[in-house]
Amino acid sequence: MSTAAPERPAGHTRLNWRIRLRRDKSLLLMTVPAVVLLLVFNYVPLFGIVTAFQEYDPLVGVWHSEWVGFDQFQQLFGDPAFWAALKNTLYLSFVQLVLFFPVPIALALLLNSVLSERIRNFFQSVVYLPHFFSWVLAVTIFQQMLGGAGVLNQFLRQHDIGTWDIMTNPHTFALLVTSQAVWKEAGWGIIVFLAALSAINSELYEAAAADGAGRVRRMWHITLPGLRGVIVLMLVLRLGNALSVGFEQFLIQRDAVGHEAADVLDTFSFYYGISTGGYSYGAAAGLFKSVVSLLLIWGANRLAHAFGEDGLYRK
Amino acid sequence: MTNALTIGSRREKRRRAAVAARRRARSARPPWEEPPTAVGRAAKGLTLGGTLAVILVPLWIIVLTSFSTPGAINRAGGLVIWPDGLTTDTYREMLSDPTVVTALTVSLGITAVGTAVSMAVSVLCAYGLSRPRSFGQRFVLLLLIVTMFVSGGLIPSFLVVTGLGGYDQWWALILPSALSVFNILVLRAFYQETSSELIDAARMDGAGDWRILWSVVLPTSRAVTAVTALFYAVGYWNSFFNVMLYMPTDSQKWPLQYVLLTYVNRANGLPGSVNSGFGNTQVQTAPLSLQMAVVVLTLVPLVIVYPFVQKHLRTGVLTGAIKG
Repeated sequence: MSTAAPERPAGHTRLNWRIRLRRDKSLLLMTVPAVVLLLVFNYVPLFGIVTAFQEYDPLVGVWHSEWVGFDQFQQLFGDPAFWAALKNTLYLSFVQLVLFFPVPIALALLLNSVLSERIRNFFQSVVYLPHFFSWVLAVTIFQQMLGGAGVLNQFLRQHDIGTWDIMTNPHTFALLVTSQAVWKEAGWGIIVFLAALSAINSELYEAAAADGAGRVRRMWHITLPGLRGVIVLMLVLRLGNALSVGFEQFLIQRDAVGHEAADVLDTFSFYYGISTGGYSYGAAAGLFKSVVSLLLIWGANRLAHAFGEDGLYRK
Repeated sequence: MTNALTIGSRREKRRRAAVAARRRARSARPPWEEPPTAVGRAAKGLTLGGTLAVILVPLWIIVLTSFSTPGAINRAGGLVIWPDGLTTDTYREMLSDPTVVTALTVSLGITAVGTAVSMAVSVLCAYGLSRPRSFGQRFVLLLLIVTMFVSGGLIPSFLVVTGLGGYDQWWALILPSALSVFNILVLRAFYQETSSELIDAARMDGAGDWRILWSVVLPTSRAVTAVTALFYAVGYWNSFFNVMLYMPTDSQKWPLQYVLLTYVNRANGLPGSVNSGFGNTQVQTAPLSLQMAVVVLTLVPLVIVYPFVQKHLRTGVLTGAIKG
């Protein structure tokens, strides 16, 4: 036990780094396992990005594979399948933004107006639950309800109305995956909005009511401004992740609806990179996505600052 | 003796009444708020009820079908909506099915080992970064946060894991995704709020940082530990993509989610389970009740653990969301 260790909050004087290192060496030691894991599985792959500029050959490895410069990207940008995947990604992102994004806000507002604490707690317990389901499970549940042999078609068949197979129809696939996302994640999404709602000073409502403001006016002048910050933050995150519309969800359902409808950038990278062995090609697609995503996060944040909000980080 | 009991129960009654009164007070409509219209109330009730139904009815149907007799499933023409004939035979059959039992063992094993590894590494790292102005803290923190925004992508990660010989190895299902930087930051935020008097007192008594973490910080932050462990455990329990990447061929090593995907979602026949009538050679789908029982099996651990952490969920997650 090094009893000579000085007290940690050392006031304003900065201690010699050697003393600080000796004092904090057990703290540093504690972070070592995490740092090692991150170095191996997050930072080494960063250098693996060079494979996007090679014709990677698994037999000779990264060090000896042939360098091809931007050939992979040239090929990628001339590949109609890539553009189709990009188009699908952007389309799905847009559909999710319009149909998914408002749902948690609306649910949170609705739930916030429920007086009974018992009902509020029960509702929260139920709607949080699907968040913990795997995508395999969620898709299986959808299949059992809406699929060809599911409850809906069982009912339609028994009443001779004709079947309606939602699960394999590529034309309505965007709606299907968005409703799956709403089913699984919208309940969980209300948490942040509930927190923002509970942070609004209730005296504001009382004062507004005393001044004769009705329900609608209170909502417009108190509730929505109170939610503005968190709504902007969520929008920034959503825009920054515009190229990530989900991965496992599409992987699972790709066979059912066909790759024309179900291929997004992430699955494209997987199918053309790993399944077919074109590692460098897949890596190039992945790198394209990473770079555009970073730009999107940066851009969305600039937008948030322009609206006078904090966004992801402060200006 | 009896006297003591009645006093106890009376006290208990009073306590309960106080709790109920508090709940009523919190649930009461403030005097300045106008009462809602009948239409408004109905619309609100319908929306909330409908939302609950959309989640609960499918679960009800699946659980019910898994407990239904073949006759009931026949009469319903598929999934069962109202209880008709109930049986637990399906579960007995499932638990004697080698594929399902192996998968269950694998899933439980991966979840237990993975959660232990993730929690150990995360808790250590979070505490190591939680003391004010410690040496190297900002650098390590930066190292962590950068990974939230920049990643090499799927292919480079795959090449690293397979390059380290991870193909068909258990560690490939655990280590590459063992850390969630977000979870570490949430833990750190809580540890930073641990009363510094307690920590200083322990330090005065000669406790080092390991001792403080184990005897002071961990016991005072049980809730966030529980929630973080739940998140990790759910992640491991639900993972199937890394199986697809690193051990797609050896069905003896498949976890439950992958079995669910292969045999229920894609409706392939279960191999090697002669006793339940699935052919090994010809592809034959499992009976509906058995399929649904597998679905229920993947649900059960979640439903068992959920109530224990659910009350912590809001506080734990909130802090994370706000700080992160």
